[in-house]
Amino acid sequence: MPLHIEGVCHSYGPVAALDTIDLDIADGETVALIGPSGCGKSTLLGIIGGLLQPTAGRVSLSGPPPADSLNPFTYVFQDFALLPWRSVSANVALALEHRRLGAAESRERVAAALALTGLTEFAAAYPKQLSGGMRQRVGIARALVVRPAVLLLDEPLSALDAQTRELLMEDLLVIWAREKSTRVYVTHNLEEAARLADRVVVLSRRPGRIREVLRIDVPVAERSRPEHTALLIEVHRKLWAMIRDEAATAEREIQDV
Amino acid sequence: MSERRPIPFRGGGFAPTPRRVVPWLVFAVLIGLWQAASSSGLLPSLFMPSPAAIVRALHDLWLDGTLMEHVTASLKRIIPGWIIGTAAGLAVGLAMGIFSSARAAGLPIVSALFPIPKIALLPVLILWLGIGEPSKVATIALGVFFPTVISAYTACDSVPRNLIRMGQSFGLPARDIVAKILLPGAMPGILAGFRISASVALLLVVAAEMIGAQHGIGAFVLTAGNLMQTDQLLAGVVMLSVLGLLISWGLGAIERSVLRWR
Repeated sequence: MPLHIEGVCHSYGPVAALDTIDLDIADGETVALIGPSGCGKSTLLGIIGGLLQPTAGRVSLSGPPPADSLNPFTYVFQDFALLPWRSVSANVALALEHRRLGAAESRERVAAALALTGLTEFAAAYPKQLSGGMRQRVGIARALVVRPAVLLLDEPLSALDAQTRELLMEDLLVIWAREKSTRVYVTHNLEEAARLADRVVVLSRRPGRIREVLRIDVPVAERSRPEHTALLIEVHRKLWAMIRDEAATAEREIQDV
Repeated sequence: MSERRPIPFRGGGFAPTPRRVVPWLVFAVLIGLWQAASSSGLLPSLFMPSPAAIVRALHDLWLDGTLMEHVTASLKRIIPGWIIGTAAGLAVGLAMGIFSSARAAGLPIVSALFPIPKIALLPVLILWLGIGEPSKVATIALGVFFPTVISAYTACDSVPRNLIRMGQSFGLPARDIVAKILLPGAMPGILAGFRISASVALLLVVAAEMIGAQHGIGAFVLTAGNLMQTDQLLAGVVMLSVLGLLISWGLGAIERSVLRWR
């Protein structure tokens, strides 16, 4: 569903975190939000999903929601946010239990989400038995089981090691192809942005403003082809040029809190 | 090429490893030394009876039923006192963990009353409730109540906020967030609090029985001391130790089954 962010500002007490963000995201589009640390990208994601109240401005959806969507805005969290006392399938089912679905439909949805994320044989396992990558797959399955209109990913791969991250990026591309939600992907990893997003929105240092929007014209599914390697490197270089100085300044900032 | 020198090993140690035999060995050696000192007359039996004498006293007390009589009397105070104190403590503590207004209302009172040694309230409870069972049960319940309140609300605080945000992001109603996220997440802290409150209950029952009771292990130990029956006195102390171990073993079993996911 098309998503509209209009004049969103946010401040934590006297500290301004976001300054007048205006952004329209098309149906089925994947937008990556990048920027130096503390630029308010996670704050913006919290506002989009209704977990934080913006100081000013508003976020809205237009058009009819998908018929089978139970929860229009759904998160994938950096720290997975799994319940350690629930098995993999019960963690995924948590998103459905209060929705008054029939037992058969619930089971079917959970099974489909587990299949999509390659977790079918781990349904009975507990989070502590799983590697970080598998835990995040559970987080993704739980997000998809409600068939969200907008999928909000808050640094989903940041807690993972480089190899696992690579594997999950490949998985995400497969999932992207099969599941047509609108996606907002917060990351500080430029490669993730270059490989997974249709558009990359670069935020400035605190208070976060939109500095630049970079559209990547090659479809996401085709970017792993060898002829596009140069393009990915070029995108990465451009993004880094945009944020390098600010990242360096942000890194040297002393935190007040 | 210069000489090759092997690198000396500097690691190892500082990693607790279980030793099966050592604990038993320590017990055996200590009790053996004690028994030897008693048998050789080094320890006067009036002040420090031998382990054998204590076992004999325990055996006799078991046979004539005195032991069970006193243990039962104590348990009849501990169990209701602990249950009442725990139920009330969980209700108040969880309310303080969930609702800010309950915390604002409860925290000053709990902080002010928690440090009072609850046995100091026994005289006033006797005034109110009489010398019988209710005043002792009430002392234990009060002693159990406060640590339970504190462990319950700190356990709620220890549940990662991000799990609650997660629940909200999936549209879980507040009731479900409490039942499915907050309470299970607080369970380890609550059960750890049970260990503390159980030891408080054991302490208070003995103290209360020493102040005014015919029966109960505390009363029995006090009487034995007054009559210089040190073997019986220490038999009572051993019984308390066994009771404490049984309680802690029982709580351990509950923890293992409830917290299997850990």
